[in-house]
Amino acid sequence: MTMGKALPHDSAPLHVTGAARYVDDIPLPAGALHLAFALSSIAHGDITAIDTSAALALPGVVAVHTAASLDPMPDCSPSAHDEPLLAKGVVHYVGQPVALIVADSHLTARRAARLVKVTYAERPALLTVDAALAANSRFEAGPVIWAKGDAQTAIAGAARVIEGQMEVGGQEHFYLEGQVAAAIPGEDGMLVHSSTQHPTEVQHKVAHALHLPMAAVRVEVRRMGGGFGGKESQGNALAIACAVVARATGRAVKMRYDRDDDFIITGKRHDCRIMYRAGVDAQGRVLGLAFTHLFRCGWSQDLSLPVADRAMLHADNCYHLPAVRIESHRLRTNTQSATAFRGFGGPQGMLGIERVMDHVAHDLGLDPLAVRRVNFYRGNDFSAKNQVAQTTPYGMPVTDFVGDALVAELERTSDFQARRAVIAAWNAQSPVLKRGIALTPVKFGISFTLTWLNQAGALVHVYQDGSIHLNHGGTEMGQGLFQKVAQVAADVFGVDTALVKITATDTGKVPNTSATAASSGSDLNGMAAKAACEVIKGRMAAFIAEKHQVKPDRVRFVDGTVRVAGEVYGFAQVAAWAYQARISLSSTGFYATPKIVWDRVRGQGRPFYYFAYGAAVTEVVIDTLTGENRILRADVLHDTGSSLNPALDIGQIEGAYVQGAGWLTTEELVWDAKGRLATHAPSTYKIPACSDRPPVFNVALWGQPNGEDAVGKSKAVGEPPFMLGISVLMALSDAVAACGDGAVYPALDAPATAERVLWAVERVRNV
Amino acid sequence: MSGIDFLLNGAAVSAQGMPTTTLLDWLRETQHLCGTKEGCNEGDCGACTVMVTDHAGSRALNACILFLPQLAGKAVRTVEGISAPDGTLHPVQAAMVDHHGSQCGFCTPGFVVSMAVGHLNGAKDHDDVLAGNLCRCTGYAPIIRAAKAAEAAPVPDWMHLDAFNIAQISHGSRGGGSGRADSPPGAFSPRDSDALADWYLQNPDATLIAGATDVGLWVTKQFRNLGPVAFLGGMQDLQHIERQGGQLHVGAGVTITALHDAVRLLHPSFAELLRRYGAMQVRNAATIGGNIAGGSPIGDGPPALIALGAALHLRRGDEMRHMPLEDFFLDYRKQDRRPGEFVAGVSFPDHAPGLRCYKLSKRFDDDISAVCGCINLAVEGGRVTQARIAFGGMAGVPKRAAAAEAALTGQLFGLAAMTQAAHAVADDFTPLSDMRASAAYRLRAAQNMLIRYAHDLAGDAVSVLQVRA
Repeated sequence: MTMGKALPHDSAPLHVTGAARYVDDIPLPAGALHLAFALSSIAHGDITAIDTSAALALPGVVAVHTAASLDPMPDCSPSAHDEPLLAKGVVHYVGQPVALIVADSHLTARRAARLVKVTYAERPALLTVDAALAANSRFEAGPVIWAKGDAQTAIAGAARVIEGQMEVGGQEHFYLEGQVAAAIPGEDGMLVHSSTQHPTEVQHKVAHALHLPMAAVRVEVRRMGGGFGGKESQGNALAIACAVVARATGRAVKMRYDRDDDFIITGKRHDCRIMYRAGVDAQGRVLGLAFTHLFRCGWSQDLSLPVADRAMLHADNCYHLPAVRIESHRLRTNTQSATAFRGFGGPQGMLGIERVMDHVAHDLGLDPLAVRRVNFYRGNDFSAKNQVAQTTPYGMPVTDFVGDALVAELERTSDFQARRAVIAAWNAQSPVLKRGIALTPVKFGISFTLTWLNQAGALVHVYQDGSIHLNHGGTEMGQGLFQKVAQVAADVFGVDTALVKITATDTGKVPNTSATAASSGSDLNGMAAKAACEVIKGRMAAFIAEKHQVKPDRVRFVDGTVRVAGEVYGFAQVAAWAYQARISLSSTGFYATPKIVWDRVRGQGRPFYYFAYGAAVTEVVIDTLTGENRILRADVLHDTGSSLNPALDIGQIEGAYVQGAGWLTTEELVWDAKGRLATHAPSTYKIPACSDRPPVFNVALWGQPNGEDAVGKSKAVGEPPFMLGISVLMALSDAVAACGDGAVYPALDAPATAERVLWAVERVRNV
Repeated sequence: MSGIDFLLNGAAVSAQGMPTTTLLDWLRETQHLCGTKEGCNEGDCGACTVMVTDHAGSRALNACILFLPQLAGKAVRTVEGISAPDGTLHPVQAAMVDHHGSQCGFCTPGFVVSMAVGHLNGAKDHDDVLAGNLCRCTGYAPIIRAAKAAEAAPVPDWMHLDAFNIAQISHGSRGGGSGRADSPPGAFSPRDSDALADWYLQNPDATLIAGATDVGLWVTKQFRNLGPVAFLGGMQDLQHIERQGGQLHVGAGVTITALHDAVRLLHPSFAELLRRYGAMQVRNAATIGGNIAGGSPIGDGPPALIALGAALHLRRGDEMRHMPLEDFFLDYRKQDRRPGEFVAGVSFPDHAPGLRCYKLSKRFDDDISAVCGCINLAVEGGRVTQARIAFGGMAGVPKRAAAAEAALTGQLFGLAAMTQAAHAVADDFTPLSDMRASAAYRLRAAQNMLIRYAHDLAGDAVSVLQVRA
């Protein structure tokens, strides 16, 4: 079995020697051109004039394009055709591209971009959700509302009503490799190298921009230097710009954003406000709950609708809500167009209900874990009793719930209750510093909610020397997808993973792929590759079985050998014989996720194939004089089913936890009153650094197989552990609460910067 | 045209380029050594980390804000040179593979170089070594496991070559630093402060470049025209640290790393502040002279030095001026420095048991202060006899809290007096709101630093960095 082995990332030896090649490292033909955008300096207004003369006069500048010279204007949007490559008459945010510089070097292009002079007639800008709500500036006609039961009546009839609201900050992806693309024109059409999670989308958009059939555009992606959702749609503009200029000049063209431009131009995680009103009983059981989500979507639609949908779909997390109403506003503002980011709205939705649990426990004077427990979905043992599964707010039965068992195990292994007591005693004698601890669970739905995206293709060749060429539609952004799928392929053929040659994602090999997103990469592409391998293996088995006059199912592929009728042949030997016998050793494979049905308008159905679970205990310390805070320890138990590769899975979990912690602590995006992003570089935008990780960091896998027939009985791991970071915010809330007498709830907004923590401390102390 | 001569991965090279061509661009575009990555182009992410060796040793630097003339006579080792010429992995590289320390791999070359330098220098505090290398994928845990696993492995032979070669080159020309008296094309590289003083008098509009951690961004981000430039790295006579007569005399060219090492035992709290100045790659390049001369209201050096009662030494031609450091800062980005005058050094007491330095930033490492508060009280017979309190981030300049100092002087030292003085801080400052903190928070935190000081000296735990689970 090669599945389940803790193999290193297939590119690790290349990573550590600097030999792994990213788009910006690809040598281009001589005479390659470089691009840069000139950006809007205002949030909203009409362009009255653009003076490109100074830019054009700079030596090395080849051309400067504006809306006047690009007609028809290519569109970059993944959804609503509302993103012109360059602003056409009106600018909608600070950072919108208004002109495109073509130059002989990257530096010259950037330098020239600063010399483009744009004159505007400013219009009022909508920068906040309040402003957008007041102006009824939104995508879709009105809010999306999903309901189960009668929440209002249930709340009214409850013993206690607890309400509040929280601000949830956005998050910059800060992939270490910025956005980049290169286009090389050729006689077969346009070859595009793009740092994208969605090669088919880039292919589609480039074809559209060039008025070419998709077949004349090939997109190749060997690897990305991080994606996190930020390269699902945000790379379109660069690829399109390169292709358009490459076509016009016949030369290779490259574009990469300088880091500050990347921050200023591209979308981020949606910030939002979540309002809640919960009716609970004396044990903290939620009887009725109403949520209102205000999502700041930015200037274009991009992926905001499904992001906001997924926030609604995770408003329950692990908790059964008998009566619930969720109202979601997708607000259009004059800011960067918020986009996909690991969790895709799920983290915001989940944070809302965890905040409710924390608030309820505080106001009732109960143990927050006890409140979470009484609200858990019923466990998954339906065999003995006449139990039926409880349903989510969108009507999906929760049949695989392991949250209760998993949390109980983590509570034990993390020594949670004993540590709570120790912390309380420590706090009593520490005047300046206070500690806090919290346990929060995760239940995350796996599948694209746009159901038709749940498909994947693969292409596998076995060569006559027994080597295996693997290709599929998934992209590698560091998550180890290529290695996992290679392990699946090797498993089918019973060979060592090293025999499987991993190759770059290529729209010329596997067409019509979905984005590598929604945590679906290995689920979808692993199954597609498995299908392709099984076709070839079936042909090889039939061939060798016939030679030995046995049934094909008596042929076994193990340890690099093919065993049949007492004979043991090398895999390569059988491949060579099959070739000589004129057996096809190449196959495509295809997979479409079964069982999912979803009506997003009504908010009803089974959008998810299954749920992935996890839980984290985090302990923190805060400084009550400055609000400075630190994670002291984290214990994680996470469900990846039967892991395809435990080392890669643990890597995803550790990384996701820290990224989630960053979202909720130091990663603060600040816009000024004119809509300018003030935090546009790592000097001002602070992702976790090395010492910010939990100094004690225990991560374990739950290990139970997926109840559904996913590849190798594994579960998706990309996004779910991101939300383990919510435990950090709740632990901070616990520490702040320890500063007061319990009368005032800390009501910590996110990110809980030192400043927010200090103000919360002062609130609970009534300073 | 002569180039800038240095060693690149063991081989002699002569680099041609503008004085402000960065090492990163030169490596990637001219040498096609693409292992060194551009992550931010401003020295904050470490993806471009390279190892630079000179007579003072080997250190990690950010190639994105390192200009070619700064390398004259030195040895540069990129990630491509961290493994052996035959491809044998360095122990930190092997450990990174074994411990799953890379995911997307883009930050990995920078990490590997920082780790290899730490390994070479015997550093065990990996959080410190790697504070300037950002990773967005792994959450750092596996990288630290790799660093620990590689600790015991011997330093590979090839990692000693640069130091050996540099020693050969500079043999017999001690005092020249790089061993060169000539200047790289298009830039002036004075051998000593006499040479700089003469030249700067003739070129008062010139830009002086020491570590380039600030000026680097003028070039990479702002495309500023620097005018004539002088690179100060070769001036040995401004790199002294001398302890004499109860004072430490520190040359303007002393790096923050070197200053940190010098004050580690004398002023542990100041040293801890300097440990959090930028990150390793920045501290290895930035100088205390640059930190002062830049005049930033949020530099971390001046508040501590002002609290210590430091004297600043300026030189113009043959003339020296000396002044209390706080007098140098006149207004936002405006200093008492005449044309052609440069910061030569700073002197401060070697003993100040009452000094505590508190840095407040959004992130603990690799971040700029929102507020930096440095408090130095002398207490005799229970009463405060002298109070020096200076803040960064609270005004347009690093500034003393005169009202708070006055409120304290003569008082019985304790929480009550410090709380009283904290109120007075509001009379001293009207801070601004920006992306790092609001004005209200800055003021409250600054006031609370005085209260923290009382707890600190009373022995209470006051730093979250000291708490263990």
